[in-house]
Parts: sequence; structure tokens; C-alpha cells
Amino acid sequence: MRHGGSRRLVASLAAAAALAACGGAPPPPAPGADEFYRRLQEELLAAEPGAVVEVPEGRHSLSRTLTLSGRPGITLRGAGMDRTILDFSSQRVGAEGVRVSSSDDFTIEGLTIQDTRGDALRVEKSSRIAIRDVKTWWSRGPHEQNGAYGIYPVQCRDVLVDGAVASGASDAGLYVGQSTRVVIRDSRAEGNVAGIEIENTSFADVHDNVATGNTGGILVFDLPDLPVQGGRSVRIFDNQVIANDEPNFAPAGNFVAKVPTGTGIMVMANDDVEIFGNTIRDNGTAGIAIVSYYVTEEEIRDEHYDPFPERVFVHDNDISGGGGAPAGGSAFQSKKLVLALRFALGTPLPDILWDGIAPPDREPRLCLRDNGAARFANADAANDFASVSWDAGPFDCTLSRLEAVVLETAGEAPGPEPAT
Amino acid sequence: MKTRPAARAGRGALSLLPWLVAGACAPPGPVPHLAEPWPERLGDWRIFRDGSLEPSPGVLVYELNTALFSDYAAKLRTVWMPEGVSAAWRDEGPLAFPAGTVLSKTFWYPVEGDGSVRIDAASGGLGRRRVETRLLVRGRDGWVALPYLWNAEQSEAFLRPAGGLEMLRWSDGAGGRGELAYLVPNRDQCRSCHDAAGEPGSLRPIGTTAANLNRDVGAAPQLAAWRRRGFLEDGPDPADAPRLPVWDDPATGSTADRARAYLEVQCAHCHGPARPADASGLLLGFDESRPRALGICKPPVAAGRGSGGRLHDVVPGRPEESILYFRMQSREPDVMMPELGRDLRHEEGLALIRRWIDELEGDGCEAAGGGSRARAVARLSDG
Repeated sequence: MRHGGSRRLVASLAAAAALAACGGAPPPPAPGADEFYRRLQEELLAAEPGAVVEVPEGRHSLSRTLTLSGRPGITLRGAGMDRTILDFSSQRVGAEGVRVSSSDDFTIEGLTIQDTRGDALRVEKSSRIAIRDVKTWWSRGPHEQNGAYGIYPVQCRDVLVDGAVASGASDAGLYVGQSTRVVIRDSRAEGNVAGIEIENTSFADVHDNVATGNTGGILVFDLPDLPVQGGRSVRIFDNQVIANDEPNFAPAGNFVAKVPTGTGIMVMANDDVEIFGNTIRDNGTAGIAIVSYYVTEEEIRDEHYDPFPERVFVHDNDISGGGGAPAGGSAFQSKKLVLALRFALGTPLPDILWDGIAPPDREPRLCLRDNGAARFANADAANDFASVSWDAGPFDCTLSRLEAVVLETAGEAPGPEPAT
Repeated sequence: MKTRPAARAGRGALSLLPWLVAGACAPPGPVPHLAEPWPERLGDWRIFRDGSLEPSPGVLVYELNTALFSDYAAKLRTVWMPEGVSAAWRDEGPLAFPAGTVLSKTFWYPVEGDGSVRIDAASGGLGRRRVETRLLVRGRDGWVALPYLWNAEQSEAFLRPAGGLEMLRWSDGAGGRGELAYLVPNRDQCRSCHDAAGEPGSLRPIGTTAANLNRDVGAAPQLAAWRRRGFLEDGPDPADAPRLPVWDDPATGSTADRARAYLEVQCAHCHGPARPADASGLLLGFDESRPRALGICKPPVAAGRGSGGRLHDVVPGRPEESILYFRMQSREPDVMMPELGRDLRHEEGLALIRRWIDELEGDGCEAAGGGSRARAVARLSDG
């Protein structure tokens, strides 16, 4: 809020928030909390294209969802990730903290969104989105009752997530779904079920991020029954994927409840994926898992869905210390699967695991090269693990490199060229 | 929009001119506003006589067969159109209203001496607490949603684009008491339900469909009163027109019909074809007939925590296993349905939905799950 005179309001809100934090159930909104909301929301409602709506430094308690719908060219700007806090711990209504829809050229930067009832920041059906220096988290740490997503652009085009931090999400911390052209860089995901997730999305670069202490570090999924399908052309490079060993805390029924605890990078059913230059260390189940949708044992009713990962190129990664503590997710099938893997392969499980479920009529074209001493296994899950193989020889090949994603975002330089 | 012959010279917005220039001499009826700035005070619209809820001359109070549940608030609905224009009939969806139309909905409760609001439709000896009046105005550039909040003195309501959050103490007249967080939606949230599919940024009314308006008020059909007032130009005789059942009046339909009318009104503005929640595959319009679209044995798409661990939207004979029922009885913001506009459970509505699911043919759904992976692969290669 650009107007001055909010300092006293801010101070009284901070005091109220401190008092409120001691209770169990969500307390009623502090007197004045809705006043802060009202002023900020009214500014967002009145914002014209090009407007910068500034949120002052301080901890601001909000009791409802901030919204931006159908208004392009708006920037919502705080004084910095650690200086401007939007605190939703006394939220009474609305699922999200901040919800943006059908609003192109939206930028949000320099603030924290915390303790929302549902998703922290949801952006849908919008183009040219920049999310910079934004933190979303749940202050009680990993918990089943935390909101599903931290930073959550869905059905968007040209999305930049830069310098973000996401923690505690009961689904995914940094998630981009059903979108085209995405860059997630220089960000940190810690203590989520899925740290970074690219789902049903085409042309994504995920690089120079840290994913640690999640159930699964970086997931690249293509799932059925969603309006946008055929996720492809995803590059995962130069990331630190370290000790993702948080026991899966996703609520039953969530898809990510199936992700085994201790997963570094997982590719499910996605085509054209290039994974390179990553440091992948101490992930208890697998450094890199490449699997078909069939490992979920869910029935596929969607005729147009392709459940197989194809043209996956894994090269120049440094993978170490993993596979020694395999553990299932919170879903029953996932526990069963990891038990079966332990039985079939022994521990430590391989650094790079392929479920071995291939399309019936074509080669999956999985290529592995220059991954140091990383051990590989084909689990032959299609035949109930009957003939597992530790031989990486058949997969020593190369695929053509994928092109860097170039975002259509005013003033943004494209991501760095891949190291060769 | 149709124009009555007498007013042919003054079609649409032009016909408002005499009203605008008349200024202070205008008759004591509503004052049309077709563009920003919108009046700060509800009183400036002159829909009601000074500070009261008594409609001004020319303003018609109307009722719906089945209405959206809003935390047991009572609702007073009015419609007004400028002289010389009227709405056109539509078999489906809202009537086609002309420019200048003002629809109002005032949310109020009977209130006890200690200030707590009654949620049991009590009457007799109680005051009234007006919370908000929402206007849907067909302006020059389409529909506009305007939330007005009543002041503590109950003398005037003020435009609040950001809506409001009122903490109310409630009592049910039978010893039950509690607190509710009453949300007045902000203008973006108005849009989240009133969004007009296919036209970015534009809104539409929801409740004012011919079928939902087609009821008797007193002994006479409501639609006839609209025609008499000049608010409705054409359309069939009310006796031959579709009529939405009244959800809590068994004389108007079977359990299934009334449950479907209830779901239509609570859900179908989002859960309908080309509506915001169509990606869920759950389509709850009154005319929907495909069992799967109605959620029967349909697995959820992306319900997340909203599934409550349940496997299907509607499980015949088993309301407790049905996600639809689970979400309708939830009070958690990220689980409950509808997403907005209620804090309390609608116990009577839930009882109807429960009965509907209980009485659906069949018992349970076939277990999901595709057998072994190898068989699944084989099935795919066969196909």
C-alpha cells in the first residue's frame, strides 16, 4: 500500500498476531486485521495496468484471500522477502493466501506468504508471470494439515520463478502445472512433500536450485485426466538435490502421497527430459527414478494419455550416497512398491532406477552417459521384478540436447546455455 | 433485449436520458447509474425508501424456488429496469436483461436483544440486522457487481469493493449458540461465481433463470407479475414453462428432483459445462443426466485434501463415502464446498443430499485400481 500512515496499524497488527499465535484453534481476526486487508485489496481492485501496489515492511495479519482477477500488468511488491510478511495464521475464510487469475504480466516480489489454510500463492490462466524473491512457508514445519501448494502457477504461459523459497507444503513447494514455457531458478525448496514439481508442462528449465529435506526433491510428472497433457521438453540442470528424506506427509488421496521418501529426482511419464550437471546426494531411496504411470497401479481411463517416459537423457550428474534407506510414501501402493524393490534389488538401491516398463511398440530411448560411478538398475516392474538388470550398457547413448527455454517476458534475459 | 412499441424511440441506454437530466425532480424511484463512479451510498440508488428495506415505486420484490445457502441469512431480492425496456425470455440460463437493470439482494438476520443473529428464520418481536446488499447492475459495459455493507446504526450501506468479514454470534432459538465468520465477497470473488463464460472480464446473473423464477407468489405466477410490470417481454405461459423444484417442499418434486435443484443452485455456477470448475469433470446442473458427470462412481481429478481419503465423488447408497457429501459438510476453507459464502453447515440441505445418495440405485462403486502393471501394459498393447 503506497499511502503512508500505516505504521501504527502495522504495529498494532503485529502485537495482535503475536498474541494470536499462542492459541490452538484459529482465533478470530484481530481488530483492524480486516482493515489492513481492505486497504490492500481495494488498491489491488483499483489498480490500472502498470500499477505497482506496494506492501510496507512489517508483519501483516490477514484474515481473507487477497485476489487479483482479470486485471493485467500489476506488480505486487513488498520490501523484501524477510521484511514484508503476509501472515495468514488467523485466516478464517478462503482457501488461498493470494489468488491471481486471468491477469497477464503479473509480478510479485519481495515478500513472504505464510501459514495459509490452503495454497499460499496460486496464479492461474495468466501469461508472463514473474515470481521473484518470494517465500511461502508453514511455520509449524511439515504437517499433513498444511496447505497443498506453496508457489502454484497453473495453466499459465511464460512463468519465471527466481530466488524463491518454499517450505512445508503438504503437496509441492514450487509447483508449475499445465503450463508452457517455465523457468525455475536460484530457488530453494525444503521440507515439502515435493520440493519442485513440473506437472503436465512443456518447455521448462529448472536450474541452480537447492532441493533438500523434502520427501522428493524434483519431480517431473505427466498425469492423466487433466485438461492439459503431454508434458515434454523439461531440463533439470545444475541443481543441488541433497538428502530429501522427509517422511511423506501428504494427506491420503493426494497423488504425491505415492512419492517414496528419499527420492532425489523423479520423472513420471514425461517425454523429452534432460537431467544434467546436478549434484544429487544422500537421497535414501533413489537419486534419479524414471518411471511409468503404471507404477502407481492406478487405472488409466484417459484414452489420450501416454503413460511412458520417453527420450530421457541423464548425463554429467554427480550422484552419491543414496539408496541406502529406501522408504515408501504415505500411500499403500508406494510402500508396497518400495518393499518389492528392496526385495528384488537389495540395498542400497541404485542411484539411477528405471522401472523397466516400456511402450509395447517402440523403444523408450533412455540414455545415460558420464554420471561418474552412479549405479543403474532396470527393475523390470512390468514382469513383477522377475529379471532385474544392473547393466547400464544398453543405455549408453546420447540424445540431442534440448534447447534453452526463452521466456516471453519483458526485460528478461534467457537462461544460461547448458554446460557442454 | 426487446423494446416495447411505446418506447421504440428510446432504446436501451438512451431511454435513461430523461431520468438523468431530471435530477432533483426525478420521481421517487431508482436512479440508474451506467458507469463509474458508482455511488458510495446504497441510498443514492433509491432502490429502497430512505434507510428502510421498503422498495421504492417501480421496484419489484422477487423470490426464487431454490436459493443459494448463505449461512442461514434471509434474503430480500429486488429487480428494477428503466422505463421502456424489458428482459427477454431464455429457456436456459438467466433471462436476457437490458442495460440499466438493477438486481439487488439484501442479506439480513432476525436479531436478539444481545445482538446475536437468529439462524432459524425466527420472526415476531425481533429486530433485523442487515449485513450487506449486493447489487448486480447492467451498466454500459456489461454487468457490474457492487457490494454494499450496512453500518452499525443500520441507517445506510456503503460501497466496499473489498467486501468485508463480519464476526457474528448466532443462536438457533433452541439453546444452540456459536460464532460465524460472515464473508462479504470482494469484487473479484463476485466474479468467481458470476463469471460469464467465454467473455473475459464480463459477469452474468445466476439465480434469475426462468425456471427458478417460475413460482406462485400469493395465488399468482411470479412471471405474470414481471410481465405486468413490463420487466419481461416474451416467453411461454408460466404453466407451460420449466419450473425448478423447491428444495425443501416435497410437493414440488421427488427427493432426487429436489436434491438436483439444490445442487444446481449451490454448485452449477462453477460445476457446469464451460464454467470455472468444469476441469473437475463434475457437472451438477439440473439438466445433467450422465451419471459420471454427476459424480456417480467418478474418481476425483485434483481434489487433494478435499477428497478426505474417499475414492469417488458420489457413491450410491453411501453418503459417508462420497466426496461430494464430505466437502459439503466440511467447514475447512481448503476442503469445503462451495468454496465461498458459507461458514456454517447447511444441515437441512445436507440431509436432503444424504437422502438422495442413500436412495441412488446400487450399493457402492467398483474398486478403482488396475490390477497388475503387466496386465495393464498388456491391455494397452491390445488396444
